[in-house]
Amino acid sequence: MRFVWPRITVSGLLIAMLAGGAAAAALASGAAEAAPWNLQPAASKIAADIHGLHEYVMLLVTVIFVGVFAFMFWAIYAHRKSTGHKAAHFHENTTIEVIWTVIPLVILVVIAWPVTKTVIAQKNTANPDITVKVTGYQWKWGYDYVKGEGEGISFVSTLSTPRDQIEGRAPKGEHYLLEVDNEMVVPIGKKVRVLTTAADVIHSWWVPVFGAKQDAIPGFIRDLWFKAEKTGTFRSQCVELCGKDHGFMPIVVRVVSADDYTRWVAEQKKISAAIADDPNKSYALDELKARGEKVYAANCVACHQSTGKGVPPAFPALDGSKIVNGPKSVQMALVLNGKPGTAMAAFGTQLNDLELAAVVTFTRNAWGNRAGEAIQPSEVKALRK
Amino acid sequence: MSAVLDDHGHAHDHHGGYGGIMRWITTTNHKDIGTLYLWFSFVMFMVGGVMALVIRAELFEPGLQFVNPDFFNQMTTMHGLIMVFGAIMPAFVGFANWQIPMMIGAPDMAFARLNNWSFWILPFAASLLVLSFFMPGGAPGVGWTMYAPLTVQMGMGMDLTIFAVHLLGMSSIMGSINILTTILNMRAPGMTLMRMPMFVWTWLITAYLLVATMPVLAGAVTMTLADRHFGTSFFNAAGGGDPVLYQHIFWFFGHPEVYIIALPAFGVVSQVIPAFSRKPLFGYASMVSATTGIAILSFIVWAHHMYTVGMPVTGQLFFMYATALIAVPTGVKVFNWVATMWKGSLSFETPMLFAIGFLFLFTMGGFSGLVLSLAAVDIQLHDTYYVVAHFHYVMVAGALFAAFAGVYFWLPKWIGRMYDETLGQWHFWLTMIFFNVTFFVQHFAGLAGMPRRIPDYPLMFETWNKISSIGAFGFGLSQLLFLYIVLKAIRSGERAPQRPWEGADSIDWTMLPTPAPYHTFETPPLIK
Amino acid sequence: MAQTAYSSTPQQHYHVPQPMPWPIMGSAALFLMALGATFVFNDSSGGWISIAFGFMILLYMMFRWFGDVIRESEGGKYGAREDLSFRWGMSWFILSEVMFFFGFFGALFWARVMSVPDLSSLLHNEMLWPGFKDLWPSAGPGFAEKFTPMGAWGVPAINTLLLLSSGITLTYAHWGLVNNQRGKLNLFLFLTIVLGATFLGFQIYEYGHAYSELNLKLTTGVYGSTFFMLTGFHGFHVSLGAIMLTVILIRCLSGHFKSDHHFAFEAVAWYWHFVDVVWLLLFVVVYWL
Ligand code: HEA
Ligand code: HEA
Ligand code: HEC
Ligand code: CUA
Ligand SMILES: [Cu+2]
Repeated sequence: MRFVWPRITVSGLLIAMLAGGAAAAALASGAAEAAPWNLQPAASKIAADIHGLHEYVMLLVTVIFVGVFAFMFWAIYAHRKSTGHKAAHFHENTTIEVIWTVIPLVILVVIAWPVTKTVIAQKNTANPDITVKVTGYQWKWGYDYVKGEGEGISFVSTLSTPRDQIEGRAPKGEHYLLEVDNEMVVPIGKKVRVLTTAADVIHSWWVPVFGAKQDAIPGFIRDLWFKAEKTGTFRSQCVELCGKDHGFMPIVVRVVSADDYTRWVAEQKKISAAIADDPNKSYALDELKARGEKVYAANCVACHQSTGKGVPPAFPALDGSKIVNGPKSVQMALVLNGKPGTAMAAFGTQLNDLELAAVVTFTRNAWGNRAGEAIQPSEVKALRK
Repeated sequence: MSAVLDDHGHAHDHHGGYGGIMRWITTTNHKDIGTLYLWFSFVMFMVGGVMALVIRAELFEPGLQFVNPDFFNQMTTMHGLIMVFGAIMPAFVGFANWQIPMMIGAPDMAFARLNNWSFWILPFAASLLVLSFFMPGGAPGVGWTMYAPLTVQMGMGMDLTIFAVHLLGMSSIMGSINILTTILNMRAPGMTLMRMPMFVWTWLITAYLLVATMPVLAGAVTMTLADRHFGTSFFNAAGGGDPVLYQHIFWFFGHPEVYIIALPAFGVVSQVIPAFSRKPLFGYASMVSATTGIAILSFIVWAHHMYTVGMPVTGQLFFMYATALIAVPTGVKVFNWVATMWKGSLSFETPMLFAIGFLFLFTMGGFSGLVLSLAAVDIQLHDTYYVVAHFHYVMVAGALFAAFAGVYFWLPKWIGRMYDETLGQWHFWLTMIFFNVTFFVQHFAGLAGMPRRIPDYPLMFETWNKISSIGAFGFGLSQLLFLYIVLKAIRSGERAPQRPWEGADSIDWTMLPTPAPYHTFETPPLIK
Repeated sequence: MAQTAYSSTPQQHYHVPQPMPWPIMGSAALFLMALGATFVFNDSSGGWISIAFGFMILLYMMFRWFGDVIRESEGGKYGAREDLSFRWGMSWFILSEVMFFFGFFGALFWARVMSVPDLSSLLHNEMLWPGFKDLWPSAGPGFAEKFTPMGAWGVPAINTLLLLSSGITLTYAHWGLVNNQRGKLNLFLFLTIVLGATFLGFQIYEYGHAYSELNLKLTTGVYGSTFFMLTGFHGFHVSLGAIMLTVILIRCLSGHFKSDHHFAFEAVAWYWHFVDVVWLLLFVVVYWL
């Protein structure tokens, strides 16, 4: 039995080159936009360290790789049967086996040393200037500035890319899927400690340019830190599968100068004072419905949809729902406390009394639901323990 | 692979019983069962592959085109589960069934009846997985790792998946007990442990890993089931539990699992490379110890999948060092393979091409694994497409390529006919090229920051995803060629000579006729 | 068929059983039960029927399959080589069982050493779980009701004694078998089963007590979860062991087994001892410490 390997192999190599060429061409055409192929430029020392490590390790393994496979390809070329090469019969050699066990070991130690230093630095979250608690919700991020300048600021950050762009009815904007309504703002050169947690399932908060990634685990607080060395707006996404809209909960951090930061803090305080809702006031039905529609759009559409039809059976319709058309206290309690074990979160921790009253009023009077009755913030307040 | 001829004419009591389909359902013959495993695995590969194509089609360009995000997650989950538990693992169990008795001089597997059960659980488990798509809420969209507490939110499909995992685990455990017992107790006289072909060694260790880890996975999904339905709090902080506990238990299984996938592949390659180098395997003893070393280390590295859960720094460092250490025994293997080729008399039939492809690409996957093992760097790469690229290099270019090598290598022995060499070479080159087109670019997407398990992505990742999707369809189509080659060999392949591969010297080649008779070694051979 | 034949002289013919339909029947049974359980857990109708149907098939299949095995065994089909296979097989099976329990012990360890202390750390007290203290047994920071943990020195201690003595009686029974004292064999085997059944009775009582008086339930946070899952799976294993012992007793009474050829007996004995050891661990880490 004889095999005609060279012909096929040569044609194989030809195909390989063609395909490589095609890929390169595709690349070049795409490269008008310059497809990024490496880690994003660092904006913190840790990230720079990581990039350095990555390059260093890549260099080492490339050298090893080329070395090892130079031998293999040389054997493929020189020790072919078709050129009449006769097989040798050796099958062990203790010296060489010891060598190629020990050398990799040494290389690993060489790699491990600088990595260890970076790991220790990454983990050192002590003495921050500013502490921010970041809470993952399905599917948005909550930010609470808990210590340092800006203490008390609190907001929720949701994807602001319109559905039309996602569903292809409108051209996609520059920051498609990487834009939010409220950006996290931090000052440059300050050590920021981020406490991560989650309200429902595990999410993961990541800003590549800071080399900072930490899972947000429901019921636990974990932390990370970064110190931004560049101003600018940095974008990223949730990186732990968290259900339906895992791909749609971006993280956007704006790094500003110390002065701008102070200004931003003042502004935020003013806004929150202005919109401070008075839970004891009484509102008219239409007022509540209008407000509720906004709250609904920001908090509920992801699951129950703007049509109120939901995505049954995972996410029930509110339009025509027994609960929404039933006793109001039942519905208020449900929205307030959520339903454990389902995606329906306890919105009592995310929304204030007026917002809750408004959104419940809205759902009871939207689509085909016709309760015709307003729910006042004071009623929600009473339901809270 | 079917229709094994029995050219022993002698009357024999085991032949009675069933014909037609019932023969396959009731068989206790290791070769029949091996065949069943292999066909099952191929069908599952198609199913899982089609799911991969759905994923790749959706990711061809930004925006939502074909499937909704929920369904996308279900595709990812089922693709992972089906490929790992349905395609790759059964493929190697199929090889084990065919080859181990023949390679050690045994009449059959130690527990032939149990062997049948191990196989016949699989189609039922697979049906449970597929049925989950038809439950209200569909299949679970939680990833093949099934992290809590997302699993608690899922519908009935999750329960079916949990039970499927239980069944798959039972099958694996019973199959492994069988393999362990066969290897330990059924060797022909003179077939000492250190004379066994490398493939048998790798399966001995793999089966041990399976027996030790599958029950742990069963425990993990059982706790998930309890948290879902019985109000327990294993993974719920409010009750004093911890979602991260699930990850520890899962990866305690999950990391050995990746070597369960890799080790038999190493075994196949360790048979193929010497055969086509016409030279004995270099460093047999060190291969055995490296395999053992990998298996031992695999139990203490699991948390390298969890560098971002917030472990204390000592934990990060411990798991990082232990993980990186695995490069040493794996390196020993790579070097031994290259040394086997060195000064051999090499020829490049399809099995050898796939083995070389394996060697080259698996090492690349190993190196990206090493990059990931460095905790500091993994912080950037965890849960990005870099990881996806890494594990397809080790699992597709690693395990799947080795499985192809094994089929081409052993098919003549099994059916007594040769495959079409020209087509085989085409299959290799197409597979090789499209594999790299599909997965090499994913490294870039990952480095640049593309998260995994997303149905839609920011514009900057478009180029890589386009290339990858094109590659995936090419890769998938190329596998139809494989099916054709195998069918053609079975129908009309040339008659295979007794020993089609000059350098193959294990006793299945040297002491048995080709094709292998239905019953082999009913009286044990004496190994010199 | 002398016992010394194991490895020195090769056995000429290894028993490879006939083709048979039992395995696929077992698979179908498991499939039906899984499907049924899914429906039951999700309050869909028809689940119980599927479970019952599957269970009946499973019983039938076991009955026939084991029947075949017993017939083959008594028919002298199993020589020393087969016997050794069974020994290896059973040993690996027990290892897999050990690993199954290992996962649950791991969960208990994690709750006690990692998650409960972590949830009660200063940071967590401040941000999420005010006032939660690191005390074991704990049902977690979100659990409001009072409950009483299960003490070690009442029923559990008695149960420890019961299981330990059952190990001894089983060994006596084995001696009886080996020395061809069938009366002793039957008596002590019977005693073992009685001890096992008593253990189970006490455990049922203990569960009832926990639910009705201690307010200790499966839903009592991570303490309740680990307590009931660990002891529950153990109890399940004791039940299986007791059933298997009963089958063995019936076989003994009908004159099966020889003094030098009785692996089925030994396999069940190994299993029983394994269950025993698990209980000792449970007693120490679940009840006592
Ligand atoms: C066949 C399966 C297989 C194999 C063999 C491997 C092998 C390795 N894997 Fe991989 N891995 C997976 C399958 C596999 N992996 C899967 C499926 C996942 C993702 C799971 C999921 O999340 O869904 C994963 C994820 C994964 C992660 C987690 C990434 C993340 O989620 O953030 C890490 C991190 O450490 C890792 C590391 C390694 C290492 C160090 C090896 C080593 O064994 C590699 C060793 C080999 C070499 C290094 C090359 C040869 C060596 C030499 C030539 C010697 C000289 C070399 C040096 C001195 C450097 N893998
Ligand atoms: C050994 C296991 C294995 C194998 C063989 C494969 C094979 C492939 N995988 Fe794999 N993959 C995993 C294991 C595997 N995968 C795992 C464990 C995950 C993680 C899941 C998770 O995140 O939970 C994953 C995730 C994963 C992702 C990431 C999904 C995400 O994060 O959302 C992607 C994306 O490209 C992908 C692609 C592919 C492709 C294109 C193939 C191809 O090689 C498949 C080729 C095969 C076929 C296509 C079928 C055969 C051909 C036909 C049926 C003919 C018809 C074909 C045409 C008409 C073209 N896989
Ligand atoms: C992350 C997804 C998600 C979001 C966001 C969400 N819900 Fe829900 N909601 C659910 C799920 C899932 C259920 C079903 C729970 C169950 O199984 O009973 C549900 C149930 C409900 C119900 C009961 C409907 C019925 O007929 O059973 C109401 C009312 C409701 N949600 C209101 C709201 C309001 C108001 C908001 C916004 C403030 C909101 N939800 C946001 C997922 C969500
Ligand atoms: Cu939140 Cu993914
Ligand atoms: Cu791993």
